[in-house]
Amino acid sequence: MPVSKRYEAVVIGVSAGGMNALKVILSQLPAHFGMALVIVQHRSHQSDDFLAHYLDGFSPLSVKEVDELEYIQAGVAYIAPANYHLFIEEDKTFSFSLDGPVNYARPSIDVLFEAAADAFGPKLIGLVLTGANNDGSIGLCRIKEQGGLAIVQDPDTAEVSEMPRAALEMADVDHVLQLEEIADVLARLDKE
Amino acid sequence: MEDLDNLNIETRLLLEAIFQKYGYDFRDYSWAAIKRRIRHRCRASGLSNISEMQHKILYQTDFFEKILLDLTINVTEMFRDPHFYRVLRQNVIRELKDEPFLKVWHAGCSTGEEAYSMAILLKEEGLYDKTQIYATDVNESVLQEAKEGIFPLQRMKLFTRNYLQAGGKESFSDYYTASYESAIVDKSLRNRIVFANHNLVTDGVFGEMHIIICRNVLIYFNKKLRNRVLGLFTDSLADKGFLCLGTKESILFSGYANRFTESFPVEKIYRKNEPVN
Ligand SMILES: C[S@@+](CC[C@H](N)C(=O)[O-])C[C@H]1O[C@@H](n2cnc3c(N)ncnc32)[C@H](O)[C@@H]1O
Repeated sequence: MPVSKRYEAVVIGVSAGGMNALKVILSQLPAHFGMALVIVQHRSHQSDDFLAHYLDGFSPLSVKEVDELEYIQAGVAYIAPANYHLFIEEDKTFSFSLDGPVNYARPSIDVLFEAAADAFGPKLIGLVLTGANNDGSIGLCRIKEQGGLAIVQDPDTAEVSEMPRAALEMADVDHVLQLEEIADVLARLDKE
Repeated sequence: MEDLDNLNIETRLLLEAIFQKYGYDFRDYSWAAIKRRIRHRCRASGLSNISEMQHKILYQTDFFEKILLDLTINVTEMFRDPHFYRVLRQNVIRELKDEPFLKVWHAGCSTGEEAYSMAILLKEEGLYDKTQIYATDVNESVLQEAKEGIFPLQRMKLFTRNYLQAGGKESFSDYYTASYESAIVDKSLRNRIVFANHNLVTDGVFGEMHIIICRNVLIYFNKKLRNRVLGLFTDSLADKGFLCLGTKESILFSGYANRFTESFPVEKIYRKNEPVN
């Protein structure tokens, strides 16, 4: 990834209602999108990589489940595997852990966001989408603390409003967007 | 606002202090997860920063014991990932049935569920009496629990389900006795297992193993440490011995990939090649 880019990665946290929200965003992003996307979607701990395959079919980007020790690459959307927390290390590789659930979730959005904030600093965008709990709020604060950008889906139009609402209450959010606007805004930020 | 550079420095110093004072070396564990655990324990203990925590660790051994449990994640279950055990039974254990004597090493065995699952498989396949199982961990308190072989009764529901999904055919309740809220593992499952302290970071080879099982331990290590440990396993295995790793672990990115054949990619079962000469 070129060092000069304003933003290098987007971390996305999503829970109930996520399948559709991710489909809309990933299908609308341009094929030459220059940031990496890293996604935590809450789901059953026995899920396989169906979600990644399914979304891959709709997106001009390549969508895949994370492999251990993999280097993050621009233009790829990574899905956290079920049942493991996902971390990003300082050298921009992924790592996993089986530490206990955080906010009743594993993978937890907060865990990914906090690690990503440390790894990417101001070159990170955090995005909280539809969901029925408050995972992601603390992580979004951490992203802001490290100089990153915070985006939240408009709770009034989200399939389930609780998670984006919690994020809005807790973090100093930069943009509140309708689902259909998100891909456009990300594409614009990508060109900065 | 926490200063990230200072946080990193303080955390590194803390790991250094733990190593010098107590001999446990976490310096090559996956950094992001270590940092998170330490930061959380620090907040939960009402300490204002990591340097304060370091002082407490150096002067209060019981506080260190708590940290040790945080840093070595000990969650485990019997027949965890049932499909793995199905393949282990059908394609690994049966493959070894003609060996005169079998040696199995569980590295990072935690409270012992994995080793007891192996004992059950070997028993059902008629190989148990010619097997020696070594089950090791760095954490003395989980080893004590493992030796006792007493688990909360409520966990038996999950273990039974796993056992059946793994292709178990006997009645799982024959393998333990219920007593109040506890399930006591049958004595016969214990007599071929030796539980011992072994630290994968610093300790050496265990010779001529037929099977090494090390699941959900390497994920906590950085690349350099994984490489060391995979070298240790390579040297501890007999030719054509099996190495079994966790679902999210592989030997692919290590210097030892060419010493093994990938027998079951999904179950992460590798077989050591015979030497070429
Ligand atoms: C998540 S448990 C895995 C238990 C079991 N293998 C399983 O998969 O269910 C990880 C274990 O690795 C042990 N461990 C961590 N570092 C170790 C080291 N350096 N040497 C030996 N064991 C270690 C921990 O104490 C813990 O019991």
